[in-house]
Amino acid sequence: MASTFSRVLTGRRTAMLLASLGTGALATGYLMSDINYAGAIERRKLYPPSADFPDLRKHNNCMATNLTPAIYSRLRDKVTPNNWTLDQCIQTGVDNPGHPFIKTVGMVAGDEESYEIFADIFDPVIKERHNGYDPRSMKHHTDLDSSKITHGQFDERYVLSSRVRTGRSIRGLSLPPACSRAERREVEHVAVQALAGLKGDLAGRYYRLGEMTDLEQQRLIDDHFLFDKPVSPLLTCAGMARDWPDARGIWHNFDKTFLIWINEEDHTRVISMEKGGNMKRVFERFCRGLKEVEKLIHERGWEFMWNEHLGYILTCPSNLGTGLRAGVHVKIPNLSKDPRLSKILDNLRLQKRGTGGVDTAAVGDTFDISNLDRIGRSEVELVQLVIDGVNYLIECEKRLEKGQDIKVPPPISQFRK
Amino acid sequence: MPFGNTHNQLKMNYSAAQEYPDLSKHNNHMAKVLTEELYAQLREKATPSGFTLDDVIQTGIDNPGHPFIMTVGCVAGDEETYEVFKELLDPVIEDRHGGYKPSDKHKTDLNPDHLKGGDDLDPDYVLSSRVRTGRSIRGFCLPPHCSRGERRAVEDLAVEGLGSLDGDLKGKYYALKNMTDEEQQQLIDDHFLFDKPVSPLLLASGMARDWPDARGIWHNDNKTFLVWVNEEDHLRVISMQKGGNMKEVFNRFCTGLTKIESLFKDKGHEFMWNEHLGYVLTCPSNLGTGLRAGVHVKLPCVSKHEKFGEILKRLRLQKRGTGGVDTAAVGGVFDISNADRLGFSEVDLVQMVVDGVKLLVEMEKRLEKGQSIDDLMPAQK
Repeated sequence: MASTFSRVLTGRRTAMLLASLGTGALATGYLMSDINYAGAIERRKLYPPSADFPDLRKHNNCMATNLTPAIYSRLRDKVTPNNWTLDQCIQTGVDNPGHPFIKTVGMVAGDEESYEIFADIFDPVIKERHNGYDPRSMKHHTDLDSSKITHGQFDERYVLSSRVRTGRSIRGLSLPPACSRAERREVEHVAVQALAGLKGDLAGRYYRLGEMTDLEQQRLIDDHFLFDKPVSPLLTCAGMARDWPDARGIWHNFDKTFLIWINEEDHTRVISMEKGGNMKRVFERFCRGLKEVEKLIHERGWEFMWNEHLGYILTCPSNLGTGLRAGVHVKIPNLSKDPRLSKILDNLRLQKRGTGGVDTAAVGDTFDISNLDRIGRSEVELVQLVIDGVNYLIECEKRLEKGQDIKVPPPISQFRK
Repeated sequence: MPFGNTHNQLKMNYSAAQEYPDLSKHNNHMAKVLTEELYAQLREKATPSGFTLDDVIQTGIDNPGHPFIMTVGCVAGDEETYEVFKELLDPVIEDRHGGYKPSDKHKTDLNPDHLKGGDDLDPDYVLSSRVRTGRSIRGFCLPPHCSRGERRAVEDLAVEGLGSLDGDLKGKYYALKNMTDEEQQQLIDDHFLFDKPVSPLLLASGMARDWPDARGIWHNDNKTFLVWVNEEDHLRVISMQKGGNMKEVFNRFCTGLTKIESLFKDKGHEFMWNEHLGYVLTCPSNLGTGLRAGVHVKLPCVSKHEKFGEILKRLRLQKRGTGGVDTAAVGGVFDISNADRLGFSEVDLVQMVVDGVKLLVEMEKRLEKGQSIDDLMPAQK
C-alpha cells in the first residue's frame, strides 16, 4: 500500500498536480508508519517526541526561536511525499546555534511540500525572517517586466558594477538538502538542455564542475564565476554538499553577462551582471533570460516551483518570494564614515555587505549595497527600490564631497499596500 | 530516526544506473568493492531501523580518499548493517583486515594475566602507554544514524553504569554541553577533551549531528581511565599513564571494561558482539577488538633508518605523530601501535606492541652507539 502510494506520488505530473491544487491537499502530511521499515512503530513508541526535542537553549536562529515542543510533537512523525522529515529540515539549525553577525534562519526545505507539511514551523520562521510577512494571509506578486524600470543608469564614477541574482527550483524534484543523485542529475539535465536553447546575446556554454580542465577552471575563477564546494557549516549540515561535485556546474553566456549555477544551494541560481552602472540593462537581461529559460523548460513539460503565497520556492526560507538580490559595488568614501549611514540604509530598505559577499566585511570605501527584502514586493519593485536608493546614496556622497549636509530619508514601507 | 538519504523508496523510481555514484576518482575500500551491479543488488535494502546503502557509503562518496592512505569509505548505522549489507562489507573487511574471511571466527581475550612482560619498557624512551577500544550498546543505533532520543539514552546508560565504578576506577562525568570553563581547561591540559569532529570523513557520515548534545567525558579521579561518550562510537574506553608500564595499563583496561560490561548487564543491556566480527563498532576498521595499544616513544635514530617502515610492517605495528591519527611526528617522538584490529585477540595485539616496542628501543640504543641493527631484524609476524 505504502509503496504504491509513493510511486503514484513521486511522478512529476502528480507533484505538479498536487502543487497546483494548493495548500489544502497536503496539509495533513503522511505518517511515518506509511514508510515500510520494520521498526518504525516501535521506535516511535520508545522515543516520544519529547525524547527527541533538540536542546535549543543556547541557540539564536529563527528556527530555535519559534520551535516549541508542542509544534515539534505535532510534526515529528510527518513526512512529505518524498519522505522528508522535520528533523531533516531543522538539522542545520540544531547544528549551528547562531552566527555572530546575522540571525540565521536555521532550517531548510527538502522539497516544495516541506513548506506546507511543516507550515506550523515554517510560517512563523518566514514571518520572523521577512519582518512580518504572513504566508497564510498575504499574497506575493511576481513582476518581471523590466520596461517599468526608471533611472536605471548609475553614475559610473561611483558605481563599479551591477548585479541581479535569484534562484529557481524545478517542480517535481527534491531540493539540494534532500535530492538523490539521480534527481540532482535530472535537475542538471533539465537545466542544461533548456540553456542550450538560448540564442543571441544569451547563447552560452556549460562547464561541469567535476570535468573542467585546469585552464577552464582558472578562467572561471578569474571571472569570479566559479563556485566551490560549500565550506559553511550552515550549508554542509543541511546536506547540500553530498556527492560533490556530481551534477554541479556553471553555465554562462559568451558575453559573460548571464550566469547560472546548477545544484549549489538551489537547483539553479541565475545571475545577470555587468561592470559599470547600467542596472536597467542588467535587469532587462535578467528578466529576458529567466523568461526564455522558463519557456524552454515548459516545452519539455517542466515548470518552476511557485505559488501565490510564497512566490518562487527555494531551499532556504530567506530566499522565498522573489529570491532576488539586486546590488551594486559602489564607492562611498565620505558616506561610509558618516554615522547616519546605517539609518539611511535601513530607511531605504537596503543592506550593505563587503565586496566578497555575504560573510565579508567592506574593504576600503567600496560597499556591496542591495535590497534587504525578498518577499512581499515584486522583482520590479525591489530593483526600482535599489535604483532609487543607490541614486540617493550617490547624491549624499556628492553633497558630502562638497561639504554639504545630507538628510536621512523617511522610511519606505516594507510591503506593497 | 532517519537521517540524510533514508527516503529510499523515492529512489526506486530511478534506475540503479541513474543513482549509482561516480567513483571514478575515488580511492577507498568502498569504492574498490562497490560496482554498479552490487549497488543495484543492495540499494533496495534497509536495516530494521531504516539505514540504507546510501547511508552506509555517503562518507566514502564525499571523501574520495588520499593517494597514499586507503580509507574505509563506509560506516554502520546499527548492528544489523553488517548483516544486511554483507555483500559490500565482507569484501571491505577482508581487504582492510588482511584477508579476514566471512567464515573466520574472532577470538576475544581480555584476561590481562595472559600478557607476558610489558611492565619494563624503558621509561627513558617510552614516555607514555595507552590502550583504547570502543563499545557499542546493543539495541541502539550507532552515531551516524541515532536520533537525539537514542543518543541521550546511550548517555544516560553510560553515566549510570560508570557512576557505579569504585576503587581506583571511581570517577566523574563531564557533559560537553555543561562543563565550566575551568573544567574544560583542565580536560584540555590533561589531553582528555575531545572536540566536535572536523574531519570530513566523520562529518559526512552524520556523526556530528546535534553536537554537543549527549556527548561527554568520564574519567576516574586518578586520571588513568577515561571514557568518551557518543563521539565516533557509543563508548570509547581508554586506559593510559605516563611511562612504559603497559602491563599495568592493560590490567586496568581489562578490569575496567569487564566491570563496565557487567554493570550494563545488570541493567539488561549488553555490548554489540558476535563470534565472527567480535565487538561491533561504527567504522569497519575498528571491528574485532577495536583495540589500539600504543606508546609515545623516542626513536630519533631508528626512525631515520632506511628499513624503519619495513621493521614496523614485520612487527605488525604502525606509526603516527603524537597528535593522533592525522598528525606527523615531532622531535623524533612517535606514536607506535598495533596495525591490526580483527583476527587477533586483545592479548595478542598488546603482546605485539610490547614485544615490538622493546625491540625498537633496543635498536634505538644500538644506533645511538653507532652499531648495526642487522642482526635484530625481525621476521614477519
